Amino acid sequence: MKLTEMKAKQTAVVIDILGGHGVENRLGTMGIRRGKKVTMISAHFWRGPITVLVDKAKVAIGHGIAQKILVEEV
Amino acid sequence: MAGEKKILLMGNPNVGKSAIFSRLTGARVTVSNYPGTTVGFCQGYMNLGKDERGLLIDVPGVYNLETSCKADAICLEMLDQGDIVVNIVDATNLERNLFLTLELRERKVPMVVALNMWDERRHKGIEIDVEKLEKELGVPVIPTCGLTGVGIKRLMVTIRTLQGKEFSPLTKDEKWEEIGKIVDTAQTLHHHHHTFLERLEDISTRPVTGLPIAVLVVVLSFMIIRFIAEGLIGHVFEPLFDKLWLPVIEKLSGALGGSGFLQEILIGKLIDGQIDFGMSFGLLTTGLYVPLAAVLPYILSFYLVLGVLEDFGYLPRLATQVDNLFHHLGLHGYAIIPMILGLGCNVPGAMALRLMENRREKFIAATLMAVAVPCMAQIAMIVGLVGERGGQYVAAIFGILFTLLIVKGLLMNRIMKGSSPEILWEIPPYRMPHPLAVFKKLWMRISAFLKEAVPFVLLGVFVVNLLYMTGVIDIMSRVFAPILSGLWGLPKETISAMLIGFLRKDVAVGMLGPLNLTTKQLVTACTILAIYFPCIATFIVMVRELGAKDMAKAAAIMITTAVIVGTLLNILL
Repeated sequence: MKLTEMKAKQTAVVIDILGGHGVENRLGTMGIRRGKKVTMISAHFWRGPITVLVDKAKVAIGHGIAQKILVEEV
Repeated sequence: MAGEKKILLMGNPNVGKSAIFSRLTGARVTVSNYPGTTVGFCQGYMNLGKDERGLLIDVPGVYNLETSCKADAICLEMLDQGDIVVNIVDATNLERNLFLTLELRERKVPMVVALNMWDERRHKGIEIDVEKLEKELGVPVIPTCGLTGVGIKRLMVTIRTLQGKEFSPLTKDEKWEEIGKIVDTAQTLHHHHHTFLERLEDISTRPVTGLPIAVLVVVLSFMIIRFIAEGLIGHVFEPLFDKLWLPVIEKLSGALGGSGFLQEILIGKLIDGQIDFGMSFGLLTTGLYVPLAAVLPYILSFYLVLGVLEDFGYLPRLATQVDNLFHHLGLHGYAIIPMILGLGCNVPGAMALRLMENRREKFIAATLMAVAVPCMAQIAMIVGLVGERGGQYVAAIFGILFTLLIVKGLLMNRIMKGSSPEILWEIPPYRMPHPLAVFKKLWMRISAFLKEAVPFVLLGVFVVNLLYMTGVIDIMSRVFAPILSGLWGLPKETISAMLIGFLRKDVAVGMLGPLNLTTKQLVTACTILAIYFPCIATFIVMVRELGAKDMAKAAAIMITTAVIVGTLLNILL
């Protein structure tokens, strides 16, 4: 499923990042890479940004980018 | 100076680089809790021993060394010229921070790692074995805390004795693998209970509770700003001027004989035979009263509240909350930062335009700020002058400006090609602001205001007097009478305020005082003054940030808006 489909407090593992190297690199340095665990904190209404917990840091991701992140529930 | 070494402070955004910088140099630098604080480069000197000093450079925060924007490219250029690298690493987020560390160590530049946020790490239940980490990384590692100064001395000693080393280059995947290994060996995580601050983080991040909290924070902030400022004006600054300064001025006026060139320039006109600090318009009366008694209290309380919000770490959350709304205006959430800074003074606001990702967004943010975000000096004068006629009129002016912000944003987003960029940023944890850091920053901003604003206000008052004496105002007012009276319903004398508005907006608003305007005219004039053009200082920074061509377009939009809004107000009110 896409990261945008996760529910609050749900934890999942990143399995793929669609889109070019640019997006992948930017996400990677924020700690969001294949095999990393992410926990959903909140999603804003009307396709707003999504906040996830990765490692011990919170990261806000725009809806468009979040749709390109594929995850699998653990 | 013999042997000046360049020392680069490098690290991810928001790891406390600027705090370490000010510890190492003792210089006054802004330290904040949101990425991109170091928009320019701060540099300062530190002693490296006898006859040797190092040039310390605070490089803007980056996550890696692959260039993705202009700021990154500048950062790489600086790295090529550096002699020593101090890599600041956030101990609470080792894994993500180490990627840059591994990239940096391949550069063969002598390097030391400052493991910052060392005390915060403990609260988060993170245990780090520094010796093991040092061994794995192959470079010295020193735990530090920028706020309290822990580890700074050891860091300085280590910088003096650093040696360069060679490391075999790793591919990206190999680096992540290596980081995984390092983190496994050196770091242990303990379970820890949610602290009060963390619970607060949770409720202000969730949209259901976060949005009302955002509204509450903004409203409360303005109430506190007004409360402190009015208290300072009423109990400190006005009594000082009335009891201490007025007698001095009256004596001087008596000595000058109450008329003549010097009397006009220094003291100004007598209102009903009395000196009036707001309306006399002399250098020593209005020229000092406006910046010191009317504006300074608002500047002081605004920056105090802003400093606390910044250091607490609230602004990135506010930016996330408004991201949705701002997308409709052609911006993304981070555009709230230049807007809020612009409320203090449009100059730092314009500098923060650098945070915007592309030309379209920069243009929209700049135009919106110039049109709809009045600076605190102007706000203070509007509150003082229009507030006498009733609070609802002050509210009307800000209501009009806010409506303009929304309408213009919506329009520009529709008309201009392209779309607003997606956000991707880290939300730092809440941190209790350190009083010393807050006051240091407050002092820095206040002294910048005093240094830059007071001479400009004095110049403004001086120019006004000259323009009146030489008859220039008379000529200008006849030339612009058709627009002023015809379109806006204002007396032609308001041209003097419009002219001075290019120099200082607070003085310009102050000039409306003696003109005996009706309330409708006052509201119209104040609104137009806010919209029509930025002050000269802001203008210069905007030209630098946008380029001459985009600035010309933005200026055309501002003037057109002022003409339309002024005419509408004249018809509707």
